[in-house]
Amino acid sequence: MSLEQPELDVGERPDGGLDYDALADLLSEYVLDREQHINCEAFVIRPGDVPAVLSTLRDRAGFDHMSCLTAQEYRDRYESIYHLRKYDDPTQELSIVVPTARDDPTSESATDVFDTANWHEREAYDLVGIEYEDHPDLRRILMPETWQGHPLSRDYNQDQPQIVPLREYPNPMDKRTEAPDNADTMFLNIGPHHPATHGVLHLKTILDGEQVLDVDPDIGYLHRCEEQMCQQSTYRHQIMPYPDRWDYLSSGILNEWAYARTAEDLADLEVPEYAQVIRTMSAEMCRIASHLLAVGTFALDIYGDFTAIFMYAVTDREKVEKLLEDLTGQRLMFNYLRLGGVAWDLPEPREEYFENVRSFTEQFRESLTEYHDMLSSNELFQMRVIDTGILPPEEAKRYGCTGPVARGSGIDYDLRRDDPYGYYDELEWDVVTDDGCDNYSRALVRLNEMEQSARIIDQCVDILENWPVDDRRIQSNVPRTLKPDPDKEIYRAVEGAKGELGIYIRADGTERPARFKIRSPSFCNLQSLEVMSEGEYIPDLIAALGSLDIVLGEVDR
Amino acid sequence: MSDEDQLHDTLEQAQSTQEARMGTGMDERFNSKLRQAFGTSPFMLTKFDKFMNWVRGNSMFVLLFGIACCSIEMMHHYGTKHDVDRFGAGVPRASPRQADVIIIPGTIVSKFGPRLKRVYDQMPEPKFVVSMGSCTISGGPFQEGYNVIKGAEEIVPVDIHVPGCPPRPEALVYGILKMQENIRAGESSPVTVKPYELDEFGDLERDELVQELASEINEDDLVMRYDWVEA
Repeated sequence: MSLEQPELDVGERPDGGLDYDALADLLSEYVLDREQHINCEAFVIRPGDVPAVLSTLRDRAGFDHMSCLTAQEYRDRYESIYHLRKYDDPTQELSIVVPTARDDPTSESATDVFDTANWHEREAYDLVGIEYEDHPDLRRILMPETWQGHPLSRDYNQDQPQIVPLREYPNPMDKRTEAPDNADTMFLNIGPHHPATHGVLHLKTILDGEQVLDVDPDIGYLHRCEEQMCQQSTYRHQIMPYPDRWDYLSSGILNEWAYARTAEDLADLEVPEYAQVIRTMSAEMCRIASHLLAVGTFALDIYGDFTAIFMYAVTDREKVEKLLEDLTGQRLMFNYLRLGGVAWDLPEPREEYFENVRSFTEQFRESLTEYHDMLSSNELFQMRVIDTGILPPEEAKRYGCTGPVARGSGIDYDLRRDDPYGYYDELEWDVVTDDGCDNYSRALVRLNEMEQSARIIDQCVDILENWPVDDRRIQSNVPRTLKPDPDKEIYRAVEGAKGELGIYIRADGTERPARFKIRSPSFCNLQSLEVMSEGEYIPDLIAALGSLDIVLGEVDR
Repeated sequence: MSDEDQLHDTLEQAQSTQEARMGTGMDERFNSKLRQAFGTSPFMLTKFDKFMNWVRGNSMFVLLFGIACCSIEMMHHYGTKHDVDRFGAGVPRASPRQADVIIIPGTIVSKFGPRLKRVYDQMPEPKFVVSMGSCTISGGPFQEGYNVIKGAEEIVPVDIHVPGCPPRPEALVYGILKMQENIRAGESSPVTVKPYELDEFGDLERDELVQELASEINEDDLVMRYDWVEA
């Protein structure tokens, strides 16, 4: 063991803070202006300098995680904001603002620096209309390819007619479709209606025999304008139901928390401790429900196990959903969090509810051993998933992977611990990681995470039980209409079931956000499918897709 | 006792058991209300159509089809607690060519519209549609979205709407039971022409939009044209 202090990156202070002046010095030739966002400082740079600035920051200042790209249109300009943070310490954040002219919105692409920028920039082009020079493949990603106009730009006419083609790919049995430089290949469509794609995902794959040469996910079959919906709703009550529907595998409260955290920081609202404990408990229940479905459908993908593991998972999910229903009144779309707290207190009689929760966690630990018996220690399962779908940690970082996908590649990144919120920092629990980098590790991380969630729930129940009766405040005083000051900008993230679920909001002084951008973990994780499955057999591609645990509502938003 | 004797012996035994079982009348265990009503003659008369409707309603093959949030509740209604299989409607088929019921569980957006139509067209007749959730009724919470089809009935005919966001599994089971009732009674929604149809691009009216897209789309590509205001 060495007693040496770890080497600090440029701009990093020994106490873990960031010295923005040092960073500005590092980038002195590029920085035009400095802005103050609520979560961090932002540097304004020229459109042509994007790759240079980002690669300097990545290599010399340690900003190895491009978590999000927000594109927006102002009255006089377009703006792309690259939200950077560090995998080692996500509280060290920096935003890079790239303004471009209204008549020629062209900016240099960041794909050479961060692979994850590829899809983010395509989305920015698709929805807002900013063009990225030197982008390898700048075409529409969410909207149909023949769509007219960019829906989130200012002058978009929503009522204009549109034509959407249903292109048929030639039947591979009739005529071989060939990759350009390899004559002996076959083109195969998987989806958008296919049981293994977990929703409406379309994979265009090129096969050589049974091996995957190339896979190109085609998304957007569930793009239901979540950002537009949030931009036309009011902060106080109208936005909260929508997050439930991003990641709809029962992760409702985790998603609601992402919005609650962002909006509370934006409007400077207090949350009573008591409400934080309830939030923490219910969020972990959601995580269990979500991971259970991930594990159940993964088994279904791997060996078509509809009768045992899938049904076991559904049975256990019913139990969690019963608890959540007692608490929130709904099985799936909870709408339980409020800005400044939660909607209502625990159900009466409280003792009975605590008893139910306790007996659930106790029983759940037993069923977890069953899952381990049937999955992780099952030889058939191991043969299918060990050493398939390899995602090395460096690649995972370049693709901006987070959540169980990153932790299955040995990246110790969990916002609940690294960027604490709620009541997590007062509780005893561990971040689960695994160095295997394969499909097996990702499934294992999920199984073990459920155990940690059960641990958290137990502690929360103890705390709630002993909470003084006269201090049970579930909401702070929040003004009826929230109007955050104009030009306040914030990016905040929480650890959702699939990874870093972030939200960027720009306020314009009204009761509705001017820009509401969702950083969805599934969207970023799905990009890494290409790395995981190329050269593998096609059943392993399906396994890799299952181990990513994407949910299309969140990929497409 | 020789082997042959033993063989005869067992044969005899078997015969006598059979006779004992058949007896002069039927054994109690074989009696049913139907047999009591019709006497011993093992056939009944009914209309062929009526019989077919009864058969159809009691053996539904559902297409395994997930779109959005509602498909999670749809999984639960196949699952242990609700188990729609009790009602003869719980055999999910992965291919539309083997299914006669499609549950549409979620928001339909413009990119998926033509695909839904295609999946529906691939199902053999007679086919029945359950629309699940508010999105398939009107677009639900996403109705104002720039990309969202305002209900499944813009694209395919629907037999039963199950409202809710999402409907509980019980509600979906109830909806399916109601649909089975309808089918047994010989009712199903008429297949009418819907606002959004698949057309060949060449058949569209040559307006401004078509001219603009002429370079991108082949004449014989299938397309769906959305007129958001009129629909």
